[in-house]
Amino acid sequence: MADSGSEDIAVIGNTDLTPSESQNNLKNTMVEKGTSLLKKMEISVAEAEKRTGKNAVNMQETYTVYLIETRPVDAASEGTSPVPDSLWRRYSEFELLRNYLLVTYPFVVVPPLPEKRAEFVWHKLSADNMDPDFVERRRVGLENFLLRVASHPVLARDNIFYLFLTEEKAWKETVFETGFQAKADSRIKALNATFRVKNPDKRFAEMKHYGDELQAVVSQLLRVRARAADRFYGVYKVHGNYGRVFSEWSAIEKEMGDGLQSAGHHMDACLQQQADMHARYAASIDDILEEEEHYADQLKEYLFYADALRAVCRKHELTQYELETAVQDLSSKKQQREELATGTVRTFSLKGMTSKLFGQETPEQREAKLKMLETQIEEGEEMVKDRNVECEEFVKGAWTDIERFKEQKDHDLREALISYAIMQISMCKKGIQVWNNAKECFSKM
Amino acid sequence: MSVPAVDNTVSSGNASVAIPADMSGQMLDLDEDDDLEVFSKDTTITDGSSFNASMQTSPASMINQYKFEEEEEDVGTKDIFVTVDNPESHVTAIETYITYRVMTKTTRSEFDSSEFEVRRRYQDFLWLKGRLEEAHPTLIVHPLPEKFVMKGMVERFNEDFIETRRRALHRFLNRIAEHPIFSSTEDFKIFLTAASEELISHKKQGPGFLSRMGETVKAVAASVRGVRNRPEEFNDMQEYVEAFSQKINSLDKVTQRIIREQREYLEELKECGPTYTLWSNSEQELAEPLKNMADCLDRCYKETDEQVKQLNDQLSPALHEYVLCTETLKAVIRRRDNIQADFEAKTEALATKKADREADSKVLSLAWDSLVGRSPEEVKQQRQQKLKAEIKEMKDDLEKLEDRLEWANNALKSDWTRWNKVMRTDLRSAFVDTAERNVSYYEKCLAIWESFLHSQRTDAEANGKADFS
Repeated sequence: MADSGSEDIAVIGNTDLTPSESQNNLKNTMVEKGTSLLKKMEISVAEAEKRTGKNAVNMQETYTVYLIETRPVDAASEGTSPVPDSLWRRYSEFELLRNYLLVTYPFVVVPPLPEKRAEFVWHKLSADNMDPDFVERRRVGLENFLLRVASHPVLARDNIFYLFLTEEKAWKETVFETGFQAKADSRIKALNATFRVKNPDKRFAEMKHYGDELQAVVSQLLRVRARAADRFYGVYKVHGNYGRVFSEWSAIEKEMGDGLQSAGHHMDACLQQQADMHARYAASIDDILEEEEHYADQLKEYLFYADALRAVCRKHELTQYELETAVQDLSSKKQQREELATGTVRTFSLKGMTSKLFGQETPEQREAKLKMLETQIEEGEEMVKDRNVECEEFVKGAWTDIERFKEQKDHDLREALISYAIMQISMCKKGIQVWNNAKECFSKM
Repeated sequence: MSVPAVDNTVSSGNASVAIPADMSGQMLDLDEDDDLEVFSKDTTITDGSSFNASMQTSPASMINQYKFEEEEEDVGTKDIFVTVDNPESHVTAIETYITYRVMTKTTRSEFDSSEFEVRRRYQDFLWLKGRLEEAHPTLIVHPLPEKFVMKGMVERFNEDFIETRRRALHRFLNRIAEHPIFSSTEDFKIFLTAASEELISHKKQGPGFLSRMGETVKAVAASVRGVRNRPEEFNDMQEYVEAFSQKINSLDKVTQRIIREQREYLEELKECGPTYTLWSNSEQELAEPLKNMADCLDRCYKETDEQVKQLNDQLSPALHEYVLCTETLKAVIRRRDNIQADFEAKTEALATKKADREADSKVLSLAWDSLVGRSPEEVKQQRQQKLKAEIKEMKDDLEKLEDRLEWANNALKSDWTRWNKVMRTDLRSAFVDTAERNVSYYEKCLAIWESFLHSQRTDAEANGKADFS
C-alpha cells in the first residue's frame, strides 16, 4: 500500500520555479518505485497545438490538443533514447477519463484536472482559454494529472487508463463500452437526491467537514493572492516611469548641463544608467509573477482535491444509506412473514383491515404469499450481505486512500510553501543587487 | 592649502590671497581695498542690507565672489551648526500655533556667544526668507515648506505634517547657513539669536513696508515690458530651468504614485497572513508550517509598511523641495530680467531726453515769452539748464542701474553654479538614501524567509523526512 516512509521514494522532478524547466517532472508527486505503471514507462504531456474541426452539432470550432508521450523506462535507462510513442488528446477526453475513474473507483480520491476556465484571474492574466500562457499552464496541469494517476496504487492498474495513454482512436469507444456512463448517471441521480443516514460514520463526517474547510480557505487565499499580485504588479510598473523620467533628465543634462558639471561627475551618464536599471527592475515583475502563478497552481490543485475528497465522503454516505435501506427493507419483510405465519397483526395495516372486513384469504393464497416473502427475504438477505460487503470494502478502500491522500497533501503543500519561500528569497536577493547597483550609480551623480 | 583656479577668473590684476581652510572650501578674490571684504564670512556685516554695501565696490571684483573648489563639502570646516527641532504647540486667545526650537552653535566672531537657543514659528521663517529675497533679488533662496499642504486646520497639527515641516525648516536654515552671502546677513544673525520680543521689534524696522511695496509694483510694471537683449547664458539658464522643472515635477508625481500603489498593495498583503492562520486551524501536520508562513507574511507586511513610510517621509519631501526650487529659479530669472528691462527703458528715456535737448536748442524763441517779458535767450538758457540737470540726474541713475544690473547678473551666475552643486548633492543623497533603504528592506525580508526555511528544515530533520537541498 501507499508507504511514504520507505527509502525507495523517488521524487519525480520539479514543479519548477522556471517554467522552461518544467517538463516531465513534479516535485509535488511522491512516487513509489513500487508503482506498477511508472516502473514501466515515462509519461509526459509534451506539447499543445491548436486544431479546428467540426463538432457534434456540425459547427466549426477551434480547440487545443495535447501531445502525450510515453517511453518505456528500460530503454531509456540503457542509454538509448528511442522515439517515444505519442498521441494527441483534447481536454474533453481527459475529462472523460476522469469521470470513468470516478465511477469505477468511488472510494478513491481521484486526482483533479487543471481548471476548465481560468479563475482567480487578475488583470495581467488572461481569462481566455486560447491564451498561450493559459494553455501552457494547462499542459503542465494535465501532465501532473497523468503522473498522479500513474503513481496511484489502485488507479495505475486500470486498463482504460493504460489505453488512454497508448490507444488514440479506439479509446473513446472502449470507454463507453464499459457501460460506466449508465452507472455514472444513476449515481449522480442518487447523490443529488436528499437522503439521511441513520448512523453516520464519524470519521467520514469529519473528513467531509475538513474538505469543506479546505475548499473555503484555499479559495480565500487564492483570491487574496490574486489581488495582492495585481497591486504588486502596479508598483513595479510605476518604477518603469522613473526610468523614463531619468532618461529624459539625462538628455537634458547632456544637452544643456555640460558647463555645470564638475570634472569626473557625469550626471547624464549616471542618469541614463539609472533609467536602464529602473526599466529592468520594472520588467523583472513578469518573471516574479510567473513564479507566483506557479504557486497558485499548486494551491488550486488542492482546492480541487478538496472537492474530490468531499465526493468520496458523499459516496460513502450513499453506500451506507443503501445498506441501511436494504437492512430496513429486509426487516420489514421479515416482519410481514411473521405476521402472516402467526396470523397476528402487530401493526396496523390496511391490508389486514381489508382482509378482516372482506374475509380471510384462503390457505392457498396465504401459502403463496408466504412463499413469495420467503424468496424476497432470501434475496433481501443476499442484498444486505452484498451491501455490507460493499460498504465494508468501500470503507476500507476509502480510508486507506484518504490516509494516502493526507500524507500526499501534507508533503506536497509543505513543499509548495518551501518553494514559495525559496522564490521570495531569490526575489529579495535580486532586489538587494538591483538597489545596491542603483546606490552605487547614484553616488557617482 | 591649494587654491585651484577656476575658468571664470577675471584677470583684474588683483592678487589672489590664500584663504585659510576654515572658509568652508570657498575662495575669495579680494579687492585691493581690504576693508571691502564684504562677502567674507569672517567680517562683521555692518549693514543688514548688504545690497547697498555692494554698490560701492566695483563690479569687476564682484564677479569672483564665489569660487568653489571642485571637492565636496567638508563638514569639518563648517563654523556654524543650526538645528530645528522640538515642535511645541502654543495656545493664545486669538490662535493656536506651533513653534520650533532653533539651536545654533558657532565659532564666528560676529556672534556674541557660541551657543544660542530660540523658538521660532513658521511666520518667522517666512519673514527671513522675504528679507533675504528682497535684499538679493537675483540670488537663489532655498524654498520653505508650503504653508498649507491640505485644507483645514486639523491637518496643520497632525504629527506627520509637523515632522515633515520641521525637517524642511531644518534644511532651509542649513542651506541659508551654507550660503556665502545669506549666512552673513544681519537678518539671519538676528533670526538665530534674538529673543522673541527683540525679533518682533526688529521685524518692524528695516526697509519699510512701503518701499517693499514700491519694489513689488515696479517689478510688476517692469515684467510687462520685455527684455530686449538678454545675454545668451541667461537664455540657456532659462531653458535648463524649464526642462529641469518638468523632470523634477515628473519625478515628484511618479514618487507619489508609487507611494499610492504600495499602500494599496499593503491593504491586500494585510489579509494574507490571517488567511494562512485560518487555514492552519483545520490542519494537523501542516498547522506548524502554515502558522510560520502566516508569521512571515505578517513580518513582511510590517517591513513593507515601514519602507513606504520612509519613501513618504524622506524621498517625497526632498523631491518636492526641488519642485519649489524651480519656481524660485524662475522668479529669480524674472527679477533679473526686470532689472535689465528697467535699465533698457531708462537708457531709452535718456536718449530721448538728449534728443529733446538737441531739438530744443534749435527752437526759435516763442512770441509768448516776449509777451510775458522774458528775453528769448534767457528762457532758452533756463530750459537748457533744466534739461541739462535732468539729463545729469538720469545719467547718474543709469550708471547706478548699470552697476546694479551687472552685479545682479554676476550674482545670479555665481549663485546658479552654487545652486547646481547643492542640487546635485541633495538629489544624490536623497536617491542614495532611498536605494540604501530599499537594500535594507530586502535584506530584512530575506532574513524573514530564510528563517522560515530554517524552521522547516529543522522540523524535517526532526521528523526524519527527506532532505531538501
